[in-house]
Amino acid sequence: MKAVGSDAARAVAEAAARQSYGKLVAWLAARTRDVAAAEDALADAFAEALERWPRTGVPEKPEAWLLAVARRRRVDAVRRRLTSEAGRDHLKLIAEEAEARMTDEELPDERLRLMFACAHPAIESGVRAPLILQTVLGLDAATIASAFLVSPATMGQRLVRAKTRIRETGIPFRVPERAELGERLDAVLEAIYAAFAEGWSDPAGTETQRRNLATEGIWLGRLVASLMPDEPEALGLLSLMLFAEARRSARRDAAGEYVPLAEQKCAEWDAALIEEAESLLRRAATMGVIGRYQLEAAVQSVHAARRLTGLTDWAAIRNFYDALSVIAGSPVVAINRAVAIAEAEGAVAGLAAIYVLGDDKRLNDYQPYWAARAGLLARLGQVPQAIDAYDRAIGLERDPAVRRFLQGKRAALRH
Amino acid sequence: MQYLLLIYSSEAGMAAAPKEAITQMSAAYGAYTEAMKKAGVFVAGERLKPTKIATTVRVANGKTNVIDGPYADTKEQLGGYYLIEVPDMDAAISWAARCPGASAGTMEVRPIWPMAEYMTTYTA
Repeated sequence: MKAVGSDAARAVAEAAARQSYGKLVAWLAARTRDVAAAEDALADAFAEALERWPRTGVPEKPEAWLLAVARRRRVDAVRRRLTSEAGRDHLKLIAEEAEARMTDEELPDERLRLMFACAHPAIESGVRAPLILQTVLGLDAATIASAFLVSPATMGQRLVRAKTRIRETGIPFRVPERAELGERLDAVLEAIYAAFAEGWSDPAGTETQRRNLATEGIWLGRLVASLMPDEPEALGLLSLMLFAEARRSARRDAAGEYVPLAEQKCAEWDAALIEEAESLLRRAATMGVIGRYQLEAAVQSVHAARRLTGLTDWAAIRNFYDALSVIAGSPVVAINRAVAIAEAEGAVAGLAAIYVLGDDKRLNDYQPYWAARAGLLARLGQVPQAIDAYDRAIGLERDPAVRRFLQGKRAALRH
Repeated sequence: MQYLLLIYSSEAGMAAAPKEAITQMSAAYGAYTEAMKKAGVFVAGERLKPTKIATTVRVANGKTNVIDGPYADTKEQLGGYYLIEVPDMDAAISWAARCPGASAGTMEVRPIWPMAEYMTTYTA
C-alpha cells in the first residue's frame, strides 16, 4: 500500500474504488438481474473504501477488499437494514461464490453487459446515462441530479424505477448479437456522450460535480473502446470526447472570460490528447463503417488542424455536417451546418440555412440557435434583428462567462 | 404547472458591487425575462426592495405587532421572484439555472399548489 494525502492521490483512490465497485455490481447483478440489491449489498463497503483509501492507499486487490468488508460488516446488522430478500441473497453470493473466486483469479469484467442492460430500449432514454453513472461508477443520485439539472428526489425515483424495470421485465445482461448490436451500441454510446456533454458544458471547471462528469464520460468511453476495440463508433466517440477535452482549458482566458473556438490559442490545447484522438479516428476509419461519432470527431479533427496550418477548412466541415444531417439529423447538427456554410460561403447562405429551421418549436429555448443567428445577422449589419437574437441568447444562457461574452457582442453592435 | 422561482442573493454583496457589474446584471435580467416571455413560460415576475425596508406584521392575542425588518435574518435575502408556467419540474429547474440570480446567489423552486387541488387533498 502507498500512503497518500494530496487531492490527486485522493482522485486516484476514488477512481480505484469506483472501478472495483462497478466491477462487483456488474458481476453480482449479471447473476440475478437485481442491480438495486447488488448496490445495496456493497453500499457500506464502498462508502468505507471512499473514506479509507485516500488515507491508506489502494489495497493490492481492491475487489477482494470490498468483498471482505461487505462480508465482515456484521452481517446481521446489514441484513436488518437490507429490505429485500434479494439483498440478502447477494450477501450470500458475496460470502460464498465471490470470495472463493477472488482468492486466485481476477473477477471477470462484466461492466459492458451491465451498460447494455442500463441502455436497453425498454429503459426510458433519459434515464440511461444516469443509470450507467450510478451502477458502473457508483455516483449518488444527488450528484447525478445536479449534473442533469433535475431534482435529487426526482432523479432518485427515476433510478429506482429503472432498476425495478430491469428486474421485473427481465432485461438481459448481455452484449447483443451482431444483428442487433448497432442500434443497441448506439444507446450505450449516446448515454456515455450525454454524461460527457453535461460535464463539458461547465468550461470553467468550477462545478466539481459537472467537471467530473466529463472525466467519467471519457473513462466510460475508454472502457467501452477497450472492451470493444473493433467497433469503429466506440473508437469514434472516444476520439470525439478527447478532441473536446483537449480544448477544455483554452475556453477561458486568464481572467475567466469566455473564449470562442475561433479565438482560442492553439498552444493551449492539449497536444497529447489531440494525438490520441487522431490516432483513434484513423484506426476507426480503417474499419470502413462511417457513423455519427466518427463524423463529429472528424469535424473536431479539422478544427484541431488549425494548430498545424493556422487555418480552418470550413468546406470540409460543411461536408461532414452534410453527412451528419443525413445519418443523424437534429436541430443541433442543422445549426452547426449553418455556421459552417456561413464560414465557407458567406453569412447570407448561412442565415438562409438558419431560417429554414425557424418553425421548430424546440428552438424557442435553445441558446446556440439564437447565438448563431445573432452572429450572422450582426455580420450582415442587420443590427436591430441581431440585438433581438442576442437578447434571446443572453436570456437563455446559464453560464455567466458566456452571458458576459454575448452581452459584449451585443454592446459592440451599437458602435 | 406553475412554479415560483425565488431569487435569493446577498444584499450586502450587491450594494458593494461595482456599477458596471450591476448594469451588466440588470441587462442580463432584462434578456432573461424577455426570453421567458418569448418562450411562453412567463406569468409574472418582480424585483423586491431591500429587506431593510421590509416590515413584519403579526397578530397575537388580539394584539397587532408591527416590527421593522424582515421575517428572518438570513445570509442571502429574497430579492425577487418569477412565476412561470412550464410542463414539469425539470423545465422549471432549467429556467432557474438560466436566471442571472442563479450564478450570483441561490434560486428556490416552489411548485404552486392550486387551491382546488389543495382543497381536495385536505377536505376529502
